[in-house]
Amino acid sequence: MATIHELHTKLVNKEISAVELTNAVISHKAKVEPVVHAYLSDSHELALASAKAVDEAIAKGETISPLAGIPGAIKDNICIKDHPTTCASKMLENFIPPYNASVIEKLNANHYVSLGKLNMDEFAMGGSTENSALAKTANPWNLECVPGGSSGGSAAAVSSGSAIWALGSDTGGSIRQPASFCGVVGMKPTYGNVSRYGLIAFASSLDQIGPVTRDVTDAALVLNAIAGHDSKDSTSIPGQRVDYTKALVNDVKNLKIGVPKEFFGDGLNADVRKAMDEAIETYKKLGAEIVEVSLPSTKYALSAYYIIALAEASSNLARYDGVSYGLRVSADNLVEMSTKSRTEGFGPEVQRRILLGTYVLSAGYYDAYYLKALKVRRVIKNEFDEAFSKVDLLLAPTAPNTAYKFGEKINDPLAMYLEDICTVPANLAGIPGISIPAGMSSNNLPIGLQLLGPAMGEETLLRAAFTFEQARPDCQLVAPTGEVSL
Amino acid sequence: MSSKYETVIGLEVHTELKTKSKIFCGCTTEFGGDQNTHVCPVCLGLPGAMPVLNKKVVEFAIKVGLALNCDILHFNKFDRKNYYYPDLPKNYQTSQYDLPICLNGHLDIEVNGETKRIGITRIHMEEDAGKLVHSGNTISDSNSSNVDYNRTGVPLLEIVSEPDIRSGAEAKAYVEKLRSILQYLEVSDGRMEEGSLRCDCNVSVRLRGTTEFGTRTETKNVNSLTGIQKAIEYEALRQAKLIEAGGKVDQETRTWDDAQGITLGMRKKDEENDYRYFPEPDLVPIVITDEEIEAARNALPELQDAKIARFVSEYDLSREDATILTVAKVTANYLDEAVNAGADPKTVSNWMLGDLSKMINENNLTFAQSKVSPENLAGMIALIEKGTISGKIAKKVIVSMWETGKDADTIVKEEGLVQITDTGAIEEIVKQVIANNPQPVEDFKGGNGKAIGFLVGQVMKESKGRANPGLVNELLQKFLKD
Amino acid sequence: MKISQEEIKKIALLSRLEVKEDRMASVEKELSDILTYVAELNELELDDVEVMAHAVPLHNVFREDETKPSLDHDLALSNAPEEEDGYFKVPRVVQE
Repeated sequence: MATIHELHTKLVNKEISAVELTNAVISHKAKVEPVVHAYLSDSHELALASAKAVDEAIAKGETISPLAGIPGAIKDNICIKDHPTTCASKMLENFIPPYNASVIEKLNANHYVSLGKLNMDEFAMGGSTENSALAKTANPWNLECVPGGSSGGSAAAVSSGSAIWALGSDTGGSIRQPASFCGVVGMKPTYGNVSRYGLIAFASSLDQIGPVTRDVTDAALVLNAIAGHDSKDSTSIPGQRVDYTKALVNDVKNLKIGVPKEFFGDGLNADVRKAMDEAIETYKKLGAEIVEVSLPSTKYALSAYYIIALAEASSNLARYDGVSYGLRVSADNLVEMSTKSRTEGFGPEVQRRILLGTYVLSAGYYDAYYLKALKVRRVIKNEFDEAFSKVDLLLAPTAPNTAYKFGEKINDPLAMYLEDICTVPANLAGIPGISIPAGMSSNNLPIGLQLLGPAMGEETLLRAAFTFEQARPDCQLVAPTGEVSL
Repeated sequence: MSSKYETVIGLEVHTELKTKSKIFCGCTTEFGGDQNTHVCPVCLGLPGAMPVLNKKVVEFAIKVGLALNCDILHFNKFDRKNYYYPDLPKNYQTSQYDLPICLNGHLDIEVNGETKRIGITRIHMEEDAGKLVHSGNTISDSNSSNVDYNRTGVPLLEIVSEPDIRSGAEAKAYVEKLRSILQYLEVSDGRMEEGSLRCDCNVSVRLRGTTEFGTRTETKNVNSLTGIQKAIEYEALRQAKLIEAGGKVDQETRTWDDAQGITLGMRKKDEENDYRYFPEPDLVPIVITDEEIEAARNALPELQDAKIARFVSEYDLSREDATILTVAKVTANYLDEAVNAGADPKTVSNWMLGDLSKMINENNLTFAQSKVSPENLAGMIALIEKGTISGKIAKKVIVSMWETGKDADTIVKEEGLVQITDTGAIEEIVKQVIANNPQPVEDFKGGNGKAIGFLVGQVMKESKGRANPGLVNELLQKFLKD
Repeated sequence: MKISQEEIKKIALLSRLEVKEDRMASVEKELSDILTYVAELNELELDDVEVMAHAVPLHNVFREDETKPSLDHDLALSNAPEEEDGYFKVPRVVQE
């Protein structure tokens, strides 16, 4: 399994050059992409140019950053200057940002290599990537199944080896759930730990960029490159930079891990439940203390989440009106032009969410929906605070089910929303979460284990995830298409 | 009709703030500039761009709030006001809704010599919109419009009054006073013509003696002080006539047509009243401590009311003169500076209200741009007091000072305007004038005291105005008695 | 919570979206289902609870009043669907 840290060693030891590595991943990508379709656009030339620069630095004996020269890819809702950034929407199909997202600036400083932009649910709205207006991405473990979403392209690319690492974004589980579906590691950092400047907003108070990687060490390495305060994002948390690799300690003794019973409800798939029980046993054996905890308002999290997310989305997406960028469908007058452009430019799920978001904010319904949701958000945050006063971490499934077949849920929006039950509470509370592979289901699909920590508790999360990974090599499986030959 | 109905007015004044950069990004706030050159991802509302609040905007808002006797909210926040218009790139305006920075203030105005207190409901911070240029003569006959986003994101304060105003004259006085305060605080240019100060007038009428409010209209696009008064008077009369004729006032937005002197109804939109405000998730709340508020209060400059009081008590000016000289802070500063340079306040005031005002107005300038500096005016006054020049010569000197920018001393020397105080020289002229004008001399001697005025005039004329008038008078009296 | 077709039309206008007549019934059902589900929040007694609008409790994040270079004019207009003399051009603002 090719990881950032292994490949970095090979680069430094001159066993392989960055250009050779990049070419190898590009050829592998050419093999898997026709069936996986993780990418929306390519930047191979730029990738090779960056790789060449890294080789020159290595030749000069310079110290290179751990990410330098390792081919990755970026979710297509993160702005890269002069490169199409579409949000997998017809609305932005031809949009070329005149600026870089702050994470891209940070990656540039790390001499990153990007092979292109990755598919997603349109405007990050969805949990299967089926809402992409531009491509249909398959799950590398079973091509008839969805990769999860909305960062389905990110998870599928890393799982199928067409990128060694990827950036995703997580508003209600959009990194963790596809990571779980595709058998890779996905991390949603604390809200405010990674700058959102240049991330095309779905729901501003919930969105967060994070890594999708093959193992926990790589997640720490990517997080090192992208985390930290940014003066362009008013919600960015100030403070000193942290070296997350220091948290990769193979030891969970003295850690108290809480198991919130509300995450283990009736809807939980039996295979997923079994994998969770095994994970709990693993942690017990490793010396962690397992405590049952209660987050009683979890059942209301989904409703609060959808009300808040859709309200914010209705406002965030108002700017796509055909006036100064994006799709324009011509019409005789302005209102008609904007209405036609939006109706043609947005897919059905995006339109549904805009309508709902507009409704919950409109006069007469604000108090019943939006205001209530903001209060429930506080209650949920308080319950997490209470739980974290007793335990260091929480353990739960990432998703109640494994990957499902294309078309299975797409026609029932509410059923689709209910699949997010395990992931949305972390976004409401702003706390970090990580999904790591925890085994396979009886029908050979990956299962994800989710760990949640208190705000800025990424180090504890990484430590516990790393320890699990070391103890359970049986969970570290590579998708049938995922082995890159170097 | 005007006695039967009472007009009830509330004003919403928008003022652009004089910051260097925009409210949420680093683009310049400079007026003018080629279209769409003062723009960036943030103020263009590009996908992914995020706002960061300009600290100065908060400081300015606190200053204005304190000057208008408001409570400064310890916790205030931004909200999004959602509506579609092409001059608003995000299709929401970042503004403040339920927790604005200032609440509950007041402003005292003077109308017909009486002081009246106008309540200030609230002051909030927000971003300005861009500008639409229509291809036709009016918005309705355009086939297309062009959008310039240079103004988008220029910081605004919206100052909302209580419906305490009862006439167009009061409204005008209120805005005039408000503008003076904004200028005194140096937070705004207050130029209505350029749109840096804009006023929406909420007007309703009701039967005199009743307490319930009538249905109000909101008149926009009023861009001068006299326009405010006229628009309100027109609108009040229109509403009263409508009611008298058995009609009903529609709650609507109207626009002031300055050329025609009328208000016109604007197209109604179904959605107008549903702005779906909610807390701006991209900006964090603002917390202001008591210490910060006190520090800001202590740093407030002297405002017009205090200046009037000081000019009356310390400078011994009349209240009227003090009021005129303090409408603009730069005018009051000019007076203070001339006085600091050693001149007598009343004399300075007379020159400012007289010759200097005339030249400034003729050239469309302010006292800050006066070509005669306060120091030079004080220097000229000193020459009069020393007797170097007469008051009459001074009127010439000030014109030369204006034209050349030189000080009075230099001009008097260069143009040979030094007053003749040499008794011998004046005696010569006096003797000559007496000899040449036998009739007036007779008249005077015959008891017509006024005739001496003519003779003084003749002496002054002969001396080209340079003879010391006191000395001329004295010598004439002496020789005529002989 | 059932949403009426009348209300759908109103929010569609507010959202600048068009809900085609043949889609109206299914949109009505989808939106009503979701709104009915999320209306469960009305079971809760929340009078004493403070709202939470932000995930992190930050306040007073400011920038100094300093100008920064604006975008190059060409770049600012690079995504414009239509431009004229350096302006973004839009069709007539007033409807017939």
